[in-house]
Amino acid sequence: METLSNYIADYLELSGLAREILYAVLIVAVAAGVFMVALTISGLLTLAERRVAGRIQSRVGPNRVGPLGLLQWLADGLKLIMKEDLVPAAADGPLFRLAPYLVIVGVFAAFVSVPFGQLLIAADLNVGVIYLLAITSLVTVGVLMSGWASNNKWSLLGGIRAAAQIVSYEVPAVLAVLSVVLLSGTLSMQGIIAAQGGWPWHWYLFHNPFTFLAFFLYFTAAVAEGNRTPFDLPEAESELVSGYNTEYSGMRFAGFFLGEFANIYLMSAIATTLFFGGWQIPGVTPEQQATSWGLQLVGLLIFVAKASIGCFVVIWLRWTFPRLRVDQLMSVCYRYLVPLSLLCLAANAVYMLLIPAGSMIDRIIHYGTAAFGGLVGLIFLWRVFHHIRSVGDRLDLNVLARGQKGRFDPRIQARRYGKFRKKRYSKETG
Amino acid sequence: MLGYEAVILLLAIAGTIAVVFVGLSRFLGPRNLNEEKTTPYECGVPPSGTARERFPVRYYIVAMLFIIFDIEVVFLYPWARLFRELGMVGFVEMILFMLVLLVGLVYAWRKGALEWE
Repeated sequence: METLSNYIADYLELSGLAREILYAVLIVAVAAGVFMVALTISGLLTLAERRVAGRIQSRVGPNRVGPLGLLQWLADGLKLIMKEDLVPAAADGPLFRLAPYLVIVGVFAAFVSVPFGQLLIAADLNVGVIYLLAITSLVTVGVLMSGWASNNKWSLLGGIRAAAQIVSYEVPAVLAVLSVVLLSGTLSMQGIIAAQGGWPWHWYLFHNPFTFLAFFLYFTAAVAEGNRTPFDLPEAESELVSGYNTEYSGMRFAGFFLGEFANIYLMSAIATTLFFGGWQIPGVTPEQQATSWGLQLVGLLIFVAKASIGCFVVIWLRWTFPRLRVDQLMSVCYRYLVPLSLLCLAANAVYMLLIPAGSMIDRIIHYGTAAFGGLVGLIFLWRVFHHIRSVGDRLDLNVLARGQKGRFDPRIQARRYGKFRKKRYSKETG
Repeated sequence: MLGYEAVILLLAIAGTIAVVFVGLSRFLGPRNLNEEKTTPYECGVPPSGTARERFPVRYYIVAMLFIIFDIEVVFLYPWARLFRELGMVGFVEMILFMLVLLVGLVYAWRKGALEWE
């Protein structure tokens, strides 16, 4: 930020107060920009979730508002603004009103240090990783507050479940992130990306078998921290109505909803930064990238593509897996994830002590882990195709499909069922 | 400034916009509250008793476990950041620290703190 501000100030030959004012204006513009980007991302993700869910369940999903349904999230937002803002009489008013703000502020403030590109970061904090983990903890406070303040039994159960789950899964998530901090020796998000490279075998994901494991530990724990299926106990609709946000309506409900979806993007972005090389372009060094606007744009697209794949996987998990029980949830965390993440950390420290960085063995392990990861991916894809073929279907990846003609087309449906309805109507009346 | 002015501004902007949106819904949305609407939702039947109930003691144990491990993590972060400089000495010290914590986890496990009935 300061470099950009100084650059513009030098260009315009400003000095003294004008320079300070320019800096202030820039900072406000960047903060507002980050907020709008985060809002748009979470809005589009709500749409993506519904479209992907539709395709997974052999239906179309919302596609009427705007081209391909792309404006659906704005319509939903408008609808929620027009709803009544209900505060139950028995609720603890101030806390009930405050809770959604904590969730929104906690998640959206984290976007400050998401490195969308080499230069596209609002504030590359020197404690970036800790900042991200710390600021998202505000969500726990907001969720627990909403659950208790609602004075509703479903909300209370949802709230304490959410608090227990988020704080428990914070431990393996933070320990898995620690492995990456250990290897890179920095807490800055840009520093961690700069320590990796463009090609998959330069990513921390394939650095050694233990970082490979650490990624899965982080991802599992992050899904649980985001209250997503299979860990969606706090808002389990078949047990707790809607959990901690049962009593919320209108824009306050939208606050929780946007927070949840912004959180999905955030966890994918953190995973991209820590394990998938962020904005690094294969075959291009960061120094080369810094000199060209075109390469900057490619870097941004690469980051967004990686993060979007992460979001897709999270959505995919939700519509594929059943929910865990609360006892299973806790024992998975403390009996498996915490010891495994401690093991990862210790193993990475041993790795760093025994194998000098850049040596032959080091590189062989990178390539070997990358090959293993690729093999796992290939086997997975082969199973997917095998299952699709064995039920006699064909692969249809077109998420944006407008629907099969005849089955979903409303004009054809109207022609088919409209007549039927008319006939029955005339029979009933006449 | 180390970039924290952007953090503070984003906190302020996110908070303000959220307040503005909720305020807007106050003007745009209907407001006709009645007694039925403002009772706690309990699947449509009149609510029985209060929601200020006691909840299982397990959740307190989870909170205690969390505090132990989170403080451990607080100590581990500076160590991880400086691991290259600390070398072998730092490694041995931290392995000892982690072993002590692991003993704590095993103790909690054997005591049945992780059982959830």
